[in-house]
Parts: sequence; C-alpha cells; structure tokens
Amino acid sequence: MMKKSRFLSLALTGALCLSLLAGCGSSGGGGAASTPAPNGGGDVSTPAPAPAGDAFKIGGVGPLTGGAAIYGNAAANGARIAADEINALGGIQIDLRYEDDAHDAEKSVNAYNTLKGWGMQIFLGSVTSTPGVATSSEANRDKIFYLTPSASSTDVLGGVSNPLTGTVDVQRKECVYQMCFVDPNQGSASAQYIADQNLGSSIAVIYKNDDVYSTGVYNSFAAKAEELKLNVVSVTTFTEDTKTDFSVQLNDAKAQGADLVFLPMYYDAAALIFTQANAMDYAPKWFGIDGMDGILGVEGFDTSLAEGVMLLTPFNADAEDEATRSFVSKYQEKYGEIPNQFAADAYDCVYAIYNALVAGNATPDMNAANLSSLLIEQFNSMTFDGLTGEGMTWDVTGAVSKSPKGMVIQNGAYVGMD
Amino acid sequence: MVTFLTNLINGISLGSVYAIIALGYTMVYGIAKMLNFAHGDVIMVGAYICFFAVSTYELPPLLGVILAMAVCTALGIVIERLAYKPLRQAPSLAVLITAIGVSYFLQNGAQLLWSSNNKMFPTFIKGDALVLFDGQLHVSRTTLVTVIVCVVIMLVLTWFTGQTKMGKAMRACSEDKGAAQLMGINVDTTISVTFAIGSALAAIAGVLYMSSYPILVPTTGSMPGIKAFTAAVFGGIGSIPGAFLGGLLLGIIEIFAGAYISTQLANAIVFAVLIVVLLVKPTGLLGKQIREKV
Repeated sequence: MMKKSRFLSLALTGALCLSLLAGCGSSGGGGAASTPAPNGGGDVSTPAPAPAGDAFKIGGVGPLTGGAAIYGNAAANGARIAADEINALGGIQIDLRYEDDAHDAEKSVNAYNTLKGWGMQIFLGSVTSTPGVATSSEANRDKIFYLTPSASSTDVLGGVSNPLTGTVDVQRKECVYQMCFVDPNQGSASAQYIADQNLGSSIAVIYKNDDVYSTGVYNSFAAKAEELKLNVVSVTTFTEDTKTDFSVQLNDAKAQGADLVFLPMYYDAAALIFTQANAMDYAPKWFGIDGMDGILGVEGFDTSLAEGVMLLTPFNADAEDEATRSFVSKYQEKYGEIPNQFAADAYDCVYAIYNALVAGNATPDMNAANLSSLLIEQFNSMTFDGLTGEGMTWDVTGAVSKSPKGMVIQNGAYVGMD
Repeated sequence: MVTFLTNLINGISLGSVYAIIALGYTMVYGIAKMLNFAHGDVIMVGAYICFFAVSTYELPPLLGVILAMAVCTALGIVIERLAYKPLRQAPSLAVLITAIGVSYFLQNGAQLLWSSNNKMFPTFIKGDALVLFDGQLHVSRTTLVTVIVCVVIMLVLTWFTGQTKMGKAMRACSEDKGAAQLMGINVDTTISVTFAIGSALAAIAGVLYMSSYPILVPTTGSMPGIKAFTAAVFGGIGSIPGAFLGGLLLGIIEIFAGAYISTQLANAIVFAVLIVVLLVKPTGLLGKQIREKV
C-alpha cells in the first residue's frame, strides 16, 4: 500500500514537471503535439480533456449580470460577432464560450475553472480589472494564453512598478496580454489631454480607493498632473460601501472652485455623481475614462445630465471607416444597440488571436501550453490593425501600444472630440 | 460657515434615511426580540415595486408608493409566517441565521426577476430647492421631504405604541410573551402586525432612499440596512426615539468625518464612534438599562 502510494505520487510529480516544461518557455512546435499533456500546471485532479474536434476552444469570463453587466455583455457580444465572421470564412474555426462572473474575483476564478474543464485552449480573460487580477494569475500558472479586452489594471499583467513605492508588487505573468490601455497610460494620457487642450484651470479628482482600476488611473494621473503643473485643488475618495452619497466630495470640489472634475471610475457611480451635482447646481466639466463608457445605457438615466461629459476611449462608433461601420451595423442588427468600446475591444481580441494563429500555423489539436508559447511569440512581433487602433503592437510587458481618442457626449451619443 | 451648514444638511438628509430604516429594525427587535437582517432587502423590494409602478406602468408616484407599501406589508407578513414563526421557540441564533438566509433569498430572487442591471430611479419629488444665504445654501426638496416624513413617522410610531390598544399589546409582548398570552393577547397576531408596520416603513424608506441616491440594483438594500442597524444599536435598540436619534447622528458623523477629516476614513470613524458609545453606554444612547435578576 505504502509502495503503491509512493509510486503514484512519483508519477504525479513527473506529470507535473512535464506539464511545467511544456509551458510558456517551450518553443512553439507545429501541430505535432500528439501527447495530450495535462492542461493545468498544478491541478492534477481535473485534467482538461485533450482538445478534440477541429475548432479552437476560446473562453472568456465577464460580468454578464450585476452592476458591470453592460461591459461583460458588450465584450461577449463583440467576441461573438468576430468568431461568427471568422467561422464563416471557412478556415480556422472558433468555438467561443463566455461564462458569468458578476464582477466578482471569486466567481471569476470559478468560471475560469469551468472553462478549463470544458477544454479551453485560449482565454479571453476577465472583462473587468478586479476579477482579472485573479484569473490572470490562474491562467498564467496553467500556461493558458490570456488576452483581456478590457481588464486594464497593471496587476493583471504584473511586472509593473508601483509609481508611489517604486517596487514591483506583482511579478510579470508571461502569458497575459491586454487589448485595452493599461491604467497608468489612461491616467497620464488624460492628464496630458487636459493640459494640451487647456480644459480646466482648477481640477478636482474623485476616485474609488478600494478598486485597483480607479486607484491605478489616479496614481498615474496625479504623477503626470504634477509634471505638467496642472492645478489639482481637490482629491476625494469613496469605496464600494460609500458609493451612494457624494455630497462631501462634490461640496469639496465646489468649495475649492474646481472647473473640471476628473472621474476615474465606472459609470454606475458616475451616474450618481451627475445626478447629485445637478441637484446642488454644480456644473463643472466632467472628464472620464473608459469606465464611463456605458453611462448612456443605464435604464431610466436622464442622458441630459451626461451632456458634455468628455472621456478618453480608443473606439468611436461614429467613425466612418469601413470596418467600424460594418461592425456597428452588425452589432445593432443582432443586439439592438450601439456597441461600446468593450465590444470593440473583444472583437479585436478575437481577430488578433486569429491573425496570430494563422501566422503561426497553429492547429486546433495543439494543447493550451503550446498554443500559449506560439501566441506569445506572435504577439511580441506582430502589428495589428483593429477597430480600436491602427498599427497596434505588443511587447514582453503585455501592454498594448495605441493612441486614445477624445470623445464627448452630445445629444445622448458619443461624438469624436477632434 | 456655508460649507459647514451644507455639510450639516447633507448629514441630516442621509441620517433621516438611516433613521427611517432604523425605525423598522428597532420595532421588530423591540417586540419580537429578533434581528431581522432581511429588512434592508424589503427596502430594495419596495424600491423596485415603486420603480416599476412609476416608470413602466406610469402610475402616479403616490399610488406607486402606496402599492410598494402594500406589497412590502404582504411580503413582511409572509416572511414572518413562513420563515420566523416556526422558529419562535428556537434559540435566537437559529432565527438570526434564517434572517440572513431570507436576505439572500430576496436579493437573488430580485436578480432573477428583475435582472441586475442598474436602474435609474425616477425623480418624483420635484420642486425648487430652498435657497438660503443669497443662493449659497441649497436645501433640495428631497431632503426636506425626507426629514419631514422621518419626523412624522417617528411621532406616529411613538403615539401608536404608547396609546393604542395594539401598541399596548406590542409592549406587553415585548416585556413578557408568556404573560401577555395569559392576559389574552394574541402574540402571533401582534408580531405579524409588527412585521407589517416594519415592512410598510421599509417601503417608504426605500422610496426616499432611492430619491436621494437613485441607482437601483438588487443589492441596494444591504449597505443602508447595515448602517441603519448600526444606527439602531447606536441609539439603543428597541427604543423608537433612539433609532431616530441614532440615525441622524450616524448620518451627520459620516458626512462630517468625510468633509473635515478624510473621505478615506469616513466609515472607520463612524464605527469608531459607535464603539466608544457602546463602551460608555452599552445599551446605546437612549436604551433602557436592563437589570439582570440574580
């Protein structure tokens, strides 16, 4: 009995080592991976079934329900359109599956495990940042390629030093890439934009200090604002538990005479801020980031309150180019609404992966780890043109390089600022 | 000075909402001796009913509020009959856990029925803000209505429990259920009426809360529920004026802590004050001193 169990544990350790060796570091072999190595690095009890069939299994998780559902559904819909288009071409086939995480890290990891059990080979990651930090660690450990449309925190990628302390808090996760701007870029780009366009002489900031996304953007905004000598007169915070009453924050901004308020947060809190500011007759300029996208979709929201709100986002549904027009019309036909930036990001994710798979001659019988190393190689060298930018490139940090567009809300719709 | 007054008014406005919710908590605790943690979620149900009545079916707001009160009253009685009554003799811990279960049941039920997408509650307390000090100080109509409704409810409840027959029965049940029964009081009916009143108050609280903070989701009730529970303990749980005072003070402390100390620490300060008060006065500000019989 003793011997038997020792033998078993040896065999398990062996399998573990093998699967680790077959990880990101190994060179991308062609379609010759005949041994179905276990997918998971440490999870021996639920070995993912060997990829069967002739389609790539691509999974994604996002908030399909809950307060952030606008993002999750948009991303899932955008990815679905891309997958359908690719499948219609007749070449590489994609089997796409989205799971719900209700913007909750724990549920997101559960959803990820469900997808792993399904035999997912490539992961579109979590849609939002807090769950994204958790799932990216899991996927990286399991050596599954991870390209998130919109989880923009630096902790999703890892390997970025904290601007306040200068230390690297989370190690770089080699398998993880982003389609959206990483948070510091959003913060510094916003500060740069405000300075360049001379949008405000006194600036107030309200951010959510228990959220990695919001604090990440704020930190880089603050650093850049100091560099550009922007006059920041009021900085106040709120948390998940206090995101109903903004009277203190708004009063402070008003009392300090701020004429522009920077809101690095998601749209649900922003909708309350606009309502409460309106009630107290405070009408500064509002400047948001990509989380503001979606505010026009809140049921019953008086869109006139968001009139004139500016935001930096990489996608403009009003753009005149052929690709955007075709995407917007397909999305409207299928889902009955104008796609937001998250839909476009997810659409681009699927196409970027498709391009990389074609360029790397990948086949659906490859296991996740081999696909991962192949995709990493491709992503570090390729240039991608999508809805959210031309000539996008990635490097080993996993962050994308593309330029944001300024948008403003006019008559209840997003319009390009330039 | 104006900033101070503005903050004070915001504090009173927030505190009044806490106070209305705390009144419901304290009624149920005072009479049934149980913590009804599902109270916050009844608020959420009331808000949804009113939202659909006014937005979807375009009923007049007042009718919406009355409808929400009716539904919540029925809901409160059903919850009490199905979930709490069978546990009347059980240890209080069992009832507490059941209450948490009911709370989750209501939240998830709401999510299934009405989805979890944000809904923007319509503003129907319209009218110009009260402007003081040459336009420097704005008191919104919503704030005025909230404060007035809160005071009226507190006074009516105090009168009801003190003067009416049913109120006296409630107080008797609260002091000694067994003895009350011997005196011919129907304890079950009395407790059901308590729940009915508490839940009707929850519906009003839901509508007022939503008028000030109009984003409606299935978890809307949980945080104000916890804050209001804190307020009820702060003021002395079981005491109706105590819940009113506790709610108001909690709201004012929360806003002042945010405005003058730090928005990051606002919640921490609120609870630190609570701890200090409970250390000095364990039964809360207006709580009755209970002598333990030896």
